[in-house]
Amino acid sequence: MLQTQPNVGASTPTWLEEEVEVPNPQGIHARPAMLIAKTAGAFKAQVALGRNDVSVNAKSTIHVLTLVAEQGARLVVRACGEDAREAVEALVALVRGGFDEM
Amino acid sequence: MVEKKGIAASPGVAIAEALVLDTREFPISHRKLHPSEVPAEKERFERSVEDAIAEVQSIQKLAAEKAGGEYLRIFDAHISMLRDPELRREMLDAIENSCCTAEFAVSSVIKKHARVFLAAEFLKDRVRDLYDIEHAIHRHLQGLKREDLGHLESNVIIVAHDLTPSQTVTLDKSKVVALATDGGGRTSHTAIIARALGIPAVVGLGSLTADVVAGDLLVVDGTAGDVVVNPDTRTLDRYHAKARNLHEHEVRLARIRQLPAETAGGHRVHLYANIESPMEVDVALQRGAEGVGLYRTEFLFFEKGSPPTEEEHFEAYHHVAKALAGRPLTIRTFDMGGDKLEPGGISTEKNPFLGCRSIRLCFQRMDLFRTQLRAILRASADAKASILFPMITDLREVRLAKRVVHETMAELDEAGIPFDRNVQLGIMIEVPSAALIADLLAKEVDFFSIGTNDLVQYTLAVDRGNECVSALYQPAHPAILRVVRDVIEVGRRKGTRVAMCGEMSGELIFAVLLVGLGLTEFSVSPAVLPQVKELIRSMDYDRAREVAARALSFEDPEETLQYLKEATAEVVPGDA
Repeated sequence: MLQTQPNVGASTPTWLEEEVEVPNPQGIHARPAMLIAKTAGAFKAQVALGRNDVSVNAKSTIHVLTLVAEQGARLVVRACGEDAREAVEALVALVRGGFDEM
Repeated sequence: MVEKKGIAASPGVAIAEALVLDTREFPISHRKLHPSEVPAEKERFERSVEDAIAEVQSIQKLAAEKAGGEYLRIFDAHISMLRDPELRREMLDAIENSCCTAEFAVSSVIKKHARVFLAAEFLKDRVRDLYDIEHAIHRHLQGLKREDLGHLESNVIIVAHDLTPSQTVTLDKSKVVALATDGGGRTSHTAIIARALGIPAVVGLGSLTADVVAGDLLVVDGTAGDVVVNPDTRTLDRYHAKARNLHEHEVRLARIRQLPAETAGGHRVHLYANIESPMEVDVALQRGAEGVGLYRTEFLFFEKGSPPTEEEHFEAYHHVAKALAGRPLTIRTFDMGGDKLEPGGISTEKNPFLGCRSIRLCFQRMDLFRTQLRAILRASADAKASILFPMITDLREVRLAKRVVHETMAELDEAGIPFDRNVQLGIMIEVPSAALIADLLAKEVDFFSIGTNDLVQYTLAVDRGNECVSALYQPAHPAILRVVRDVIEVGRRKGTRVAMCGEMSGELIFAVLLVGLGLTEFSVSPAVLPQVKELIRSMDYDRAREVAARALSFEDPEETLQYLKEATAEVVPGDA
């Protein structure tokens, strides 16, 4: 898990991040998007999901869907806040587990 | 009077007033708010969203009870979207920053996302969900209650552009007498629900909602696929007569519901139902089915647009098994092409009918095959279940399928999960090669099920859906009759059960012939089950054998049909 500080300066938040690849054949369609939003939503931390240059709020089903992440897409799970570590771990496990579709 | 033609989705005739649903346009005010009105507007918006969520949750609960959990995923998606924090933030921001009404904010944000979804091949089907929640929020903003379809005063025919799952789940079955929609096809949601409820339905009408207002008198002829709006006296009389005849017929048939399907002389035949959804079991049993002879499981894939999870498979099979309470249940593993696996998928095969579909797709996607088999086996623990493999062409396929079943059984054993060790395994006889080596295949399986729909297409080299040649699709062709005769004969010789689940088994004109050839298991659409039973109960077995032998002697299918028509008329006048 990486720790990054996107803007160098005073009191910038620390984001934990980890890269993950989408394993399941259908990619991030409706059901996985819901699971991501539900999982992320349980944490206090801000949680984001990024793909290429786009980063979205992982707690938003609709925004996660708009990533249009097909099988093999490389995503970055990022979280910042109290339970950031647990949030990243949970999401990474969810994606790597193929959302129970494999 | 306006007459419209659509697709016959569920048989029968109904005459009643129209209840038009889902008027698609909500008035959206472009009024600019005074800044002081904004906080109240934001609150009104938030309240409506919460109300919408509560409503979907209660419908979801109802769906779980009535429909066996099949639509839970759709409602989950709606709730998830209604709870979406970004969506909410965007709409609140719009109200705040643009001083617009909540209605305007909701619609513009939804439109924005819909555009993105429409542009992505694999999100296109989800646009419907966006519009559904837009609708739900709007309804609560307007203070409108959902059309209360659960408590209607008098008989109505529901007219809609398309019926949403939440609407169909809440229908007051006692008052809704027919369904008519602009969109949809034979396998659409509306069609399945209508057949499950046993009410007439016509779909694919194109623009019915444009021609009907609430209160119009409608005739829905779900057998012919016709709808008449505000019929003139003569037309109304004609349909009243038709409806009356059908009703009398139904009443008569209902009397034999519990009686066995045996010929006048006591030759016993078994009648089962073909179903596509757990919701159809009740009506199948009501119409006298002794069990389910064909459960077409690919419908689990159609509604979702992506493969079901093991739990979703299991929920459906378990629901059916429970409803059958020990009666036979034959579950066919998924019988479709790869295009149905992708949301919004289109086949890239040049010749999908001869391509990677059904059991072939199962072998290529063992993950999906095993998932389905696990669920079927788990459901077999409380049922008299059989597994049916489609599109089998040779021994290798049967043996591989059986091996995968046994491996799956070993997995379940290791995990201590119960299942029926003696679950019966069978294959569809629908590809000519299978029919020709039926004697070799008989050794490997417990039963055959003759799938006449595809058997006729493959044997006569006809695409039924191709208007240029569809007239060549003829089950009475001597080649088909010979194949059927021979497969039944092989079954008898080898001690392998033979059933028929294709349309031919439900077509009254072939009933005498099939009984005469020795077929003892018919699996038919619940809609025709009572008529088939009536015919069987009225025929004489020895006479049926004579008819079968003679029918096989004709060279011309037209002569065969004419002969069968006369033979059937002997048995039950007016039913051929």
